[in-house]
Formats: sequence, structure tokens, C-alpha cells
Amino acid sequence: MVLLAALLIALPFLVEAGLGRSWVRVLDFALLYIMLALGLNIVVGYAGLLDLGFVAFYALGAYLYAWLASPHFGLHLPFWAILPLGAALAGLFGVLLGAPTLRLRGDYLAIVTLGFGEIIRIFMNNLNAPVNITNGPQGINLIDPVSLAGISFGRTQELFGLTFAPAHFYYYLFLVFTLATIFIAYRLQDSRIGRAWVAIREDEVAAAAMGINTRNVKLLAFAMGAVFGGVAGGLFAAFQGFISPESFTLWESILILCMIVLGGMGHIPGVLLGAVLLTVLPEALRYIGDWQRAALGRVVVDPGDLRMLLFGVALVLMMVYRPEGLMPSRRRQRELHAEDGVAAQEQASLYDSRA
Amino acid sequence: MSLLEVKGLKVAYGGIQAVRGIDLRVDEGELVCLIGANGAGKSSTLRAIMGLAQARGEIRLAGQRISGLATHAIARLGVSLVPEGRGIFPRMTVAENLAMGAYARRDAGVGQDYDRVYTLFPRLAERRTQVAGTLSGGEQQMLAIGRALMSRPRLLLMDEPSMGLAPLMVQKIYDTIRTIAQEGVTLLLVEQNANIALQVSQRAYVLESGSIAAAGASADLARDPAVRSAYLGH
Repeated sequence: MVLLAALLIALPFLVEAGLGRSWVRVLDFALLYIMLALGLNIVVGYAGLLDLGFVAFYALGAYLYAWLASPHFGLHLPFWAILPLGAALAGLFGVLLGAPTLRLRGDYLAIVTLGFGEIIRIFMNNLNAPVNITNGPQGINLIDPVSLAGISFGRTQELFGLTFAPAHFYYYLFLVFTLATIFIAYRLQDSRIGRAWVAIREDEVAAAAMGINTRNVKLLAFAMGAVFGGVAGGLFAAFQGFISPESFTLWESILILCMIVLGGMGHIPGVLLGAVLLTVLPEALRYIGDWQRAALGRVVVDPGDLRMLLFGVALVLMMVYRPEGLMPSRRRQRELHAEDGVAAQEQASLYDSRA
Repeated sequence: MSLLEVKGLKVAYGGIQAVRGIDLRVDEGELVCLIGANGAGKSSTLRAIMGLAQARGEIRLAGQRISGLATHAIARLGVSLVPEGRGIFPRMTVAENLAMGAYARRDAGVGQDYDRVYTLFPRLAERRTQVAGTLSGGEQQMLAIGRALMSRPRLLLMDEPSMGLAPLMVQKIYDTIRTIAQEGVTLLLVEQNANIALQVSQRAYVLESGSIAAAGASADLARDPAVRSAYLGH
């Protein structure tokens, strides 16, 4: 535990020394995606509601941050005041999305949520006239960096004899938020609500017959997931300093969903693994371009295309060989690999007069 | 006053009338059966009582109107349903399934009720850490009944507990149902297997295309020539 803590604290410096500063940014994004994946995991993994528009909540959190802390409206609120607002706004939209879709399941729900995600993005793209709210496709620039105890995270500074770049500051900030997110996710999983989510996923009618208010509990899943997304969005806006609708495409929603599926749906360590892998691997694959240049003298296959190809191949292989994810929960593993001997047991219990 | 009173119940799916205005009642401590052929409206009646199907008419539990309430609210008033096809939570263990049954309860007697269920179904006690989806059909039915009992229902609704089970298992399940009834639980049972249903119940209603065709003491119905030829195969 102490070792892990020490590693987490030293990680950005180790990474910077080993791989360069750009990798510290990758690390920051990994933490952001962990938060997003854990949020979506509540909706998809626990409650079993397939949500393909999750990025909308991320966008809402980010835009709210940009509105309240940039020259766009001339507002400069501190980040600790904006993040709760972003969480609340995202949560509210989570309920707004959840309420009309309560009766939908599976594919139908996926289509509606997909539409919702696109609607939010298109709104952000077009709300620059007649009143300029989102600044349209140009996005909002010069967003205030997080500033804490007089230290602005936006500038490189010397502290305790070490050089802290913005990426370092944000690493520690994101780490705190990520740890809090993991803690909340665990508490939710083991709570009455968590059990109710699982029950709804398994059999909604039976869950209602157990006295579970399925409507409220499902709305709560949407809202909780959205809150995680909203907070991550706010952090993203502060970190990047610039946001535009381009950052919130359907692809992002799918990527976050892939993280959950790859890691192991409904299982927190699996989700962490999936989020880290899918943030770090594509970055690592960028090196393929350099290798090609070194080996063949020119870039034959564009690394960007190749990344997508490998990504697709990896997902197909997953579906075939390990549909439950890399680190599934025991429950899901049991489901996808039916235990042997069930038939034999059925046969035995037929002619057993004990019970 | 009856524990359950149903008046003029109508259930329709789209334009199709599944239940065409039926009256029925279940008194405290009774075991009442609803028998009838496929599509006679038995399950629709149960679903309506549980708030799972849109229905017109009046349903009262101990005098309190429950028609129009949401399913979870009806469950919290003390109505428990053993759904058709059992409806257990397949990926949860036996013990977790039973815990879900006590979801709405906050009293201290839950631990005692586990023992009660495990005594009633020793098989479940043996398999308490096993995943419910890997149980045999009969065991799943036991689990569904046990889970429903965990809520300490005032009224227990059962939808075709014999469905898909081998004759020996049907016998076993019905022995338990009899035991549960003797312990004082009020039961309303929907059953296609009229033979066994009329043996265990005190009163029964015969449903035919959405209306009540006959009603009365089960023993009398079992002797009724019309019922015998239509449902008992004599």
C-alpha cells in the first residue's frame, strides 16, 4: 500500500525521466479516462443500461467550466466552485436523458443515448448565433488553469527543488479526483443502491417485485454516471485551456465504452486496466511511424490508420476469446463460461427425494 | 374483510382483451387457485394485481386500494410475486438472491427468515454460495419461492410454479406450497396443472377467455363434470 502510494507520487517524474514530458500528459489523460470509464461503468456495468452518449456529460462539464472561467463571458470563478456546478448540471441532464428513456432497453436505449450525445455536440457547434454562447466550432479558448494555494497550475514552477510542469500539477490533481472516484465507485457497488442496480440489470420485473423503485434507481444510475462525467469534463477544460465540440464526438463515447468492455464490465479493477490500456496503447503505437522511417526510410502505413486497425483487431480478438474482458468480475465470468455439470445436477436432483 | 379483493378487473394489450372484467377475493390464510387454459388470462390477472400490467377495475389489499400503484409500492405493502419462469437473478448466488427478497425490509428478523427458508428448502442451504443460474429448474423454483418468502409477504402470488418441471419435482414444490400455506401465508396461485391445483387449494376460480367460468370450493370443482372434462382430462 505504502509502496503503491510512493509509486503513484513518483510516477510523473519517473515517466518524464524515462519517456519524456509528453508522456506525463498521457498519464493525465489516463486518469481522466479512468474517471469517465468509472462513471460510464455505473450506467452500463452496474445498471446494464447501454449508454452511447456518455460524452455529452463530459462536454457539459467542460463547457460549464469554460463559461465560468474564461474571457468568453468575462467570468473567472475558482475551480472548486465550478466543479460542483458542473457535476450538478451533468447530473440534471443525466436525469433529463434518463426520464424519457426509462422504458427502453438494449439497442433502443443505445440509439436514443447516441442521439442525445450528438444533439449536445451539435448544440455546442451551433450556439454561436444569435447569442454567442459556445463560440461554435472555434471553441472556447484561454480557459483559466486551476489555481490552488496561490500556485497556478498553468505555469512551470520550481518547488522543493523539482521542476513542476502543468502536466505534473494536473497529474496530482487528477490523481486525487481519481482516487475519490474509485472510492465512491466501490462504496456505490457495495451499497443497497448498488445491489438494486445489479438486480435491475438481471431481471427488471423481478427487481420491481422485490420492492425496488426501478424508475428512481435507474434515474439515479444515469445521474451518478453523469456526475462523474461532468467532473471529468471540468477538469479536462482546465487542463487543456481550450475546448471545442470536436473533443466530444461519438468516437469518445465509444472509446470509453471500449475501455469498460475491454477491462471487464462492472468490475472496478478491470475498468481501471481498460482505461489505462486504451489511453496508453494508442500513444505507444505512434512510435510505429518512427520505426517505419528508421527501417524502411519512409512511412509506408500511417500510424494513425494502423492504430485504428490494431485497435479493431484487438477488439475482435477480445470478443472471440475473452468476451468477459481482461479482468472480469467473478459474476460475469461465471455467466459467460457456464459451469459444467449443470445438466448432470439437474438429472440428479430430479430423483432426489430429500428436498 | 378479505385480504385481497378484485372487482371488475380488465386487462387489455393493445386491442386484445386478456381479462374481461373479473371479480375475485382471497381471505386471510386461504390458498386460492386460478386455473384455466393457455391464454385464459390467469397470468394477466396476477400481473395486474402486482402492478405489472395496465389494468382497469379495482384491486384492494386489506381494504386499501392498490390498483394504479407502482409495482415496488405494491411489493412494499406486502404482496410478493413468484414470477412466471421463476425470474431469479441468475448471476447472483443463492444467498444474494434471498437477500434481494428482503430488500425492502429494514427489521432485525431477516436472519431468522434465512433459516426458515433454508429449513424449508435444505437444497438451497447446501447451495447457498452457488450461482443461481446454474441451479436446476426445480431448485430455481425453490429459490424463487424462498426469495418471495424473504419479504414476509401478507399475500404471496405464484405464477405457474409447476411450469417446466418434471412430475416428481412438481410434487415436491407443491408439498412445500402446502407447508407454506399451513404456516399461515395467504396464497393466490395461478396454475395450468388443474389436477394438482385443485388438490392443494381450498377455493378456486376457473378462467375461460378472460372471464370467470366457474368458482367455488376446490373439492366441489374437482367433482364438477364440466371442469373434469375440460381441465382434468376425465
